[in-house]
Amino acid sequence: MRRFEYLRAASIDQAIERLSFDPGAKLLAGGTNLVDLMKYDVACPTTIIDINDLPLGDIKETSDGGLRIGALVTNSDLAFHPVIENRYPLLASAILAGASAQLRNAATVAGNLLQRTRCSYFYDVMTPCNKRTPGSGCPARNGLNRNHAILGASQDCVATHPSDMCVALAAIGTMIVVQGPNGARSISLADFHRLPGDTPEQDTTLRNNEIILGIELPPAPEFQRYSYLKIRDRLSYAFALVSAAALLTIDDGVISTAHVALGGVAHKPWRDTAAEVVLVGRPASRGNFHQFASMLLSRSEALSQNGFKIELARRTVVRALEQAASRTPQSQSDKRVH
Amino acid sequence: MEVRANTALHVTLTINGVERKASIEPCVTLLDLLREKFDLTGTKKGCDHGQCGACTVLINGKRINSCLVLAVSRDGSEITTIEGIGTANELHPLQDAFVRHDALQCGYCTPGQICSAIGLISEGKAKTRDEIREAMSGNLCRCGAYIGIVDAIEEVIAAPRRKTVR
Repeated sequence: MRRFEYLRAASIDQAIERLSFDPGAKLLAGGTNLVDLMKYDVACPTTIIDINDLPLGDIKETSDGGLRIGALVTNSDLAFHPVIENRYPLLASAILAGASAQLRNAATVAGNLLQRTRCSYFYDVMTPCNKRTPGSGCPARNGLNRNHAILGASQDCVATHPSDMCVALAAIGTMIVVQGPNGARSISLADFHRLPGDTPEQDTTLRNNEIILGIELPPAPEFQRYSYLKIRDRLSYAFALVSAAALLTIDDGVISTAHVALGGVAHKPWRDTAAEVVLVGRPASRGNFHQFASMLLSRSEALSQNGFKIELARRTVVRALEQAASRTPQSQSDKRVH
Repeated sequence: MEVRANTALHVTLTINGVERKASIEPCVTLLDLLREKFDLTGTKKGCDHGQCGACTVLINGKRINSCLVLAVSRDGSEITTIEGIGTANELHPLQDAFVRHDALQCGYCTPGQICSAIGLISEGKAKTRDEIREAMSGNLCRCGAYIGIVDAIEEVIAAPRRKTVR
């Protein structure tokens, strides 16, 4: 690990001030991703600003019936919070599908939003990578790309976003509240993570001098049906090949709202609200779910090794929607897929 | 803001009930501090990247991978390592159950497995065998003693106050 200067921020303003004049500074919360990247020399911050003393650890109801979750709430505390378990079970399920209990005890909401791809070339500093070293090239495009993107990739980058939590947040529809030198602003989750284009070094639209304060969930829909279905090479403690977060409301067998987000397939959680509209007003049937999945994946493109993910994603979407519709969400401990 | 130079920083931790102080660089992980400075080598270094769970300790009662923790960031915390769990004459119920269920072969992962299982039990979420397996998936065992490990944890969850058999 490269040497760095360590600071402990006493206030949000102090953290922002330091970020503003120190381009080599990084914020440290749980550290589960950043410390790992520092050990590989993928992240080489000259300054670490430890934000663990900042008052960003609360979960509070908002005036509109939603929920405000502080940036420093750990993944475990969030997944096991009674309001999350009861009103946002999709989010609880997705969080528990990710990482391990130890990592979830340290990892935070903000860190999860900002976690970086697990592309093996990104992690290997002996190889080129446009995300790590802009302009150096992308060996994954014609190399080991079995785990890589099937949607929204570019010539410069075919990496995927690794989070499970963010896939559920995309389906729920979440605002990210951030603060910079000129005050606070909110960014919708859909606009927070970005597609790689020709600047894959930028994972998100968060500016270098901004800090995440927390996230805001909308009021939970009544009578929601949900499932988070994650498909991976081993049954636990692995990143998704494909995952699907499905959130449905159904009246008399007819779909009234449908929110579906995919993980493991793109540089960001993938959601297509135009395709979702097609499901509204139609029966919750397998045929309709198939049609929706085909629309959702209509622009998918295979690399040399990941063509199987297109059909896998189609089936995962259909199955997750069926699980949601029948009120039999995927268990994250009993791994049989019904 | 408290500015700390790129040199030694003071850190105070309560480790297994004893206050310990050290002067360390900020890049030192909790794992390396425990092993190299405090000679608490029961906590093992496996992958050093949060993938194997051998370095699991309890920080303020919660199981965490000590290899991914900068020690300075946990200044003031209470740490429990395997050295603080049971004694040779009075094993912790989990240690006793691990022995009886053959829950280890080489033993390298065992300190992490025990700390993780203590965390699992205090979380109070995992009850069934499937749930224990899932909640222990952050602890790898290359000898493949998983069946014994789950048997041992399942038994202790079912009878937490069971007397230690010697």
